[in-house]
Amino acid sequence: METTPALLLRNVRFRHGGSKSWALDGVSLEVHKGQFVSVLGSNGAGKSTICMLANGLVPHAIKGELQGTVETFGEDVAKRSVAELSTRVGMVFQEPESQLFCMSVEEEVAFGPENLGVPREEIKERVEWSLELVGMTGYNERSPFSLSGGQKQRVAIAAALSMRPDMLVLDEPAYALDPLGRIDLYRVLRELKDRHGMTVLLAERDAEEASLYSDQIVLMEAGRVAAHGPPRNVLRDTKMLASLGITPPQICEVSALLRSRIPGSTFSFTSVDEAEQAIVDEFTMRGRRETP
Amino acid sequence: MIPGPSFAAKEDAVISIRDLKFTYEGGVQALTGVSLDIRRGEYVAIVGGNGSGKTTLAKNIIGLLRPASGTIVVRGVLASEQKIASLARVVGYAFQNPDHQLFCSSVADEVRFGPRNQGCPERELEGRVQHALKAMNLIDVKDKPPLSLTLSARRRVSIASVIAMDPQVLILDEPTTGLDMRESDDLMASIGGLNVEGRTIILITHDMKLVAKYSRRVVVMSEGKVVLDADPAGVFSDLDVLLRSKLVPPPVTRLAYRLSAIGVPREVLSPEELVFRLMVARGGAK
Repeated sequence: METTPALLLRNVRFRHGGSKSWALDGVSLEVHKGQFVSVLGSNGAGKSTICMLANGLVPHAIKGELQGTVETFGEDVAKRSVAELSTRVGMVFQEPESQLFCMSVEEEVAFGPENLGVPREEIKERVEWSLELVGMTGYNERSPFSLSGGQKQRVAIAAALSMRPDMLVLDEPAYALDPLGRIDLYRVLRELKDRHGMTVLLAERDAEEASLYSDQIVLMEAGRVAAHGPPRNVLRDTKMLASLGITPPQICEVSALLRSRIPGSTFSFTSVDEAEQAIVDEFTMRGRRETP
Repeated sequence: MIPGPSFAAKEDAVISIRDLKFTYEGGVQALTGVSLDIRRGEYVAIVGGNGSGKTTLAKNIIGLLRPASGTIVVRGVLASEQKIASLARVVGYAFQNPDHQLFCSSVADEVRFGPRNQGCPERELEGRVQHALKAMNLIDVKDKPPLSLTLSARRRVSIASVIAMDPQVLILDEPTTGLDMRESDDLMASIGGLNVEGRTIILITHDMKLVAKYSRRVVVMSEGKVVLDADPAGVFSDLDVLLRSKLVPPPVTRLAYRLSAIGVPREVLSPEELVFRLMVARGGAK
């Protein structure tokens, strides 16, 4: 069953109870196992709803009208309980404070598996494993509330990981983090994917980091998928991004501006490294061409 | 005259802070000696990582927290000798989370509450309310309950309710957190308008792109101190201090660092500027 996607949406429409407008209005999307996928869009474009479908909060906890097919790992979300889904799909929210409530980091991370009745020995192992994955080994006895914003968010991720999920779903996880905290968080997620084959699905408003760490980008507009593909292709059209209310990554803007200023050029870099190389190449190439 | 923006007490300083220290109950030293002058009409960004002391500093300025030592002078009078209510006439503070300050049943009532509570005469009151609603683009929703609005509109309501008290200085704590590009651009345009009408703006943020785009002076805080105070170009060219402060220059500035060998200056603040500099450098090389 290698081909079963981690998340499959087919012609999905959803509207909240009492609402006339559709939060999702005909979304078809596949997230493959082991992929890092970022869903970008302005507020109200449907990013959070996709996250909540993946872990069953929609329709189980958040009521409304759901049409179409939603499957995680080949199973119909509507037919599984949130508790069952939680062992396959881990969820991390915007603000870690809304998720943390225990007296120590260890209790926080052990909470999920304890509730599942996992044996004590194994819980201990899972806690150590999860903390190691997010770079928080040794913080077991600390109070979550004494940690920095970035550390709190990593504890929230560890708490999701201790359920041994196959997919992590994160709704704007870098929302309240400072710039270094943002980069650290994305690195941790990327490492989870690269080393442990974790499927990562996250919602973002800011395309800057997503452009560097994602395999696939999904652009949302008013409840529909506007584009889906590798960052290089999807983020190339910076005018389209801006029209969707998504701030284009600065490096992609440089790339687009250079394309328009230098006829015949095909710049499509997304990172500072790539940009440096392409620009230096262009300049030395031109230098050669223009030398008689 | 001692050079540099923050050493000598300036005559036109609306806020003057000297060696300010503050420790939270439980022993966390949030401010370890802040000295800073804010001049009338400035647009200053106070930046720093999570936990650097930005919000604690703001709460000391408005008198919500009282310092352990050091002085804050607001418009010539020691803050420690002023009540919160009288400080609020000079310095307004919009909370990071707007819902901490919204409680009325309509937007207009919300905006009216502060000045009325301050004893603003009724004949002046409606003018203030109208001005604040207009400045923050809220005329269309003035009769709606604030908590029914989007985050972006709620944040504008919280700022409008501060402006209605007509403060000379406005402190905005992470005003764009949670907003998307358009909402953020609209809000920053309104805030720019408040600066144009003469108000001093203090923008607390860790969004470096926002700083590059809007502020003229940047104060970097780290571990409860001011570690750098310069214009955006000056701040972004000091990579060491930024990284130690858990900040990272915008990607376009980082790219400019790498391109200095081909004639691009280090302190580039926008993609347009970088490409312009590149084209100039190439023109010059011909």
